[in-house]
Amino acid sequence: MILRLALGSLIARATTVGMTILAIALSVALFLGVEKVRTGAKASFADTISGTDLIVGARSGSVQLLLYSVFRIGNATNNLTWSSYQDVASRPEIAWIVPISLGDSHKQFRVMGTTPEFFNRYKYRSGQSIEFADGKNMSDLFDTVIGADVAATLNYHVGDPIVVAHGLASFTEHKDQPFKISGILNKTGTPVDRTVIVGLRAIEAIHVDWQEGAQVQGQTTPIDVIRKMKLQPKAVTAALVGIENRLQVFGLQRAINKYNKEPLLAILPGVALQELWQIIGIAEVALIGVSAMVVITALIGMMAMIFSSLNERRREMAIFRAMGARPRVILGMLILEAAVIATIGAILGLALMYLGVYIAQPIIDAEFGLWLPSKAPTLNEFLVLAAVIIASIIASVLPALRAYRLSLADGMLVRI
Amino acid sequence: MPFTLNVPDFSVHPAESVLLLGESGSGKSTLLSLICGTIMPSEGVVQVAGNDLSKLSASLLDQFRVEKIGIIFQQFNLLPFGSVLDNILLPLSFAPERRARVLKPKEAARKLCTDLGLPDNLLNMRASTLSVGQQQRVAVARAMIGEPSLLVADEPTSALDESTQITFLDLLFTQSQNNNTSLLMVSHDERLSKYFDRVVRMTEIAGFGKATI
Repeated sequence: MILRLALGSLIARATTVGMTILAIALSVALFLGVEKVRTGAKASFADTISGTDLIVGARSGSVQLLLYSVFRIGNATNNLTWSSYQDVASRPEIAWIVPISLGDSHKQFRVMGTTPEFFNRYKYRSGQSIEFADGKNMSDLFDTVIGADVAATLNYHVGDPIVVAHGLASFTEHKDQPFKISGILNKTGTPVDRTVIVGLRAIEAIHVDWQEGAQVQGQTTPIDVIRKMKLQPKAVTAALVGIENRLQVFGLQRAINKYNKEPLLAILPGVALQELWQIIGIAEVALIGVSAMVVITALIGMMAMIFSSLNERRREMAIFRAMGARPRVILGMLILEAAVIATIGAILGLALMYLGVYIAQPIIDAEFGLWLPSKAPTLNEFLVLAAVIIASIIASVLPALRAYRLSLADGMLVRI
Repeated sequence: MPFTLNVPDFSVHPAESVLLLGESGSGKSTLLSLICGTIMPSEGVVQVAGNDLSKLSASLLDQFRVEKIGIIFQQFNLLPFGSVLDNILLPLSFAPERRARVLKPKEAARKLCTDLGLPDNLLNMRASTLSVGQQQRVAVARAMIGEPSLLVADEPTSALDESTQITFLDLLFTQSQNNNTSLLMVSHDERLSKYFDRVVRMTEIAGFGKATI
């Protein structure tokens, strides 16, 4: 009956209690949402490249190799010569090898030269393949396939001509050899979205008249002649490698790292991704910190609500006291009240967050390539809810103690 | 401002009805607080039903008070969000002895309501939906349930009009006589004097002054 009366008291103050519950629910939803985005971002990040066992490049740092070969951030300090590439490719452990060649750009996007096999071998989000939204793979020497962001930003369509610029942020363009867009890729949430992909031979083709990074004055080889050339690359930037037997991955990595004709580096993408995440993971701590502060604010709001309700409830507490309730019953009732408010708020917050994820999931995936899993609540989320409820109980001790003292002082003869 | 209240001798006998008259600020409420044990005298003894209140620990005192004393306030007696039944039964949840004297609490509450002229269907209504007069009668039912030895009423009629006052007092007397309960009522209204066994004025029993601190 005491419980029923305590609940009745809460319901009698439905508006203020409701607002407090709403504040807690929203803050919990925000906190859990941030947590969801964080784990989703981490998973998406770790899924940037999958199915590739090793990335091979010139010797530098593993994070640096990952950054320029997969994320197209920064530049390669050195290239992998074609003969080294051939040596690696001919090793028996290797199932497939896809060369990539970077260095040129189109507007703000990087141009990557590779073989058509890239589209079959490059996987993301646990083995998902790249798909064509429009058009088809490259067939002609001067065909190009562009990522979803490139097409969206520059409003390109299949069949449009584009001109590649030499180097990055450069004003010299390969005007003589324009490309034609043969295909546009679906959004993947990986750096492929922001890449202009051309054939490896095309990279050689546009550099026929170039030497040492500069155009040879007055030399323009006609396209017909270029088409007939062999266009064998002298070097590539890096290579993605898949191997026959995963047990051999460390052996092959060691062998490549010890290659004696040229300093090479082979990295495991998963390990390098984790190293990189550790660097950029500081942001996630900040994010958690901010949303935790929002939860704390909501709890302080609840504390203020209970405090301000004490005055109007002195009569109620006096009646309880006159009917034999000890001050500690009053104390317990107020703490129980906070626990009930926080529990309802926390559960409502969890529901809100899942509703939000359910609604926003396809939009976020399409807009940002960020996949938020909407699976059953995790243990972690329940721990967060439990923490919120415990924190609310702790927060309510202060007003409850005040009520305790008030009811001791007022006794049962309060006239308001 | 601190003040002192000096009551040399005051007692209420079993089953007696006493009206305590006094102006506001004459120390009536302080005397009631002493009798109910919510404040302790700096000197002397307060006994209720043969027990010295100062000998009881705080939590025993809380229980003792509700076991022995039924209390009716001036107004706002009930928990507005509770049902009438919950309000009447509330003291029983903190007083095992009173609870033991009531065999069937719901039946007892219903009988009290019938005796006090409250319709049956009121029992499950929220207390806040009742009129002031009905609320005061529910308060009497709550004070009387489980037959406490003493009924303390602090100006219970001040919120009622004159004709309702008389009916209310009649009910109060009938109930306390039925249960052999002493009734101590505090008021400033001289006109109520004729209904009581004994009338005591605050000025007769108490010296009152400002403390010199």
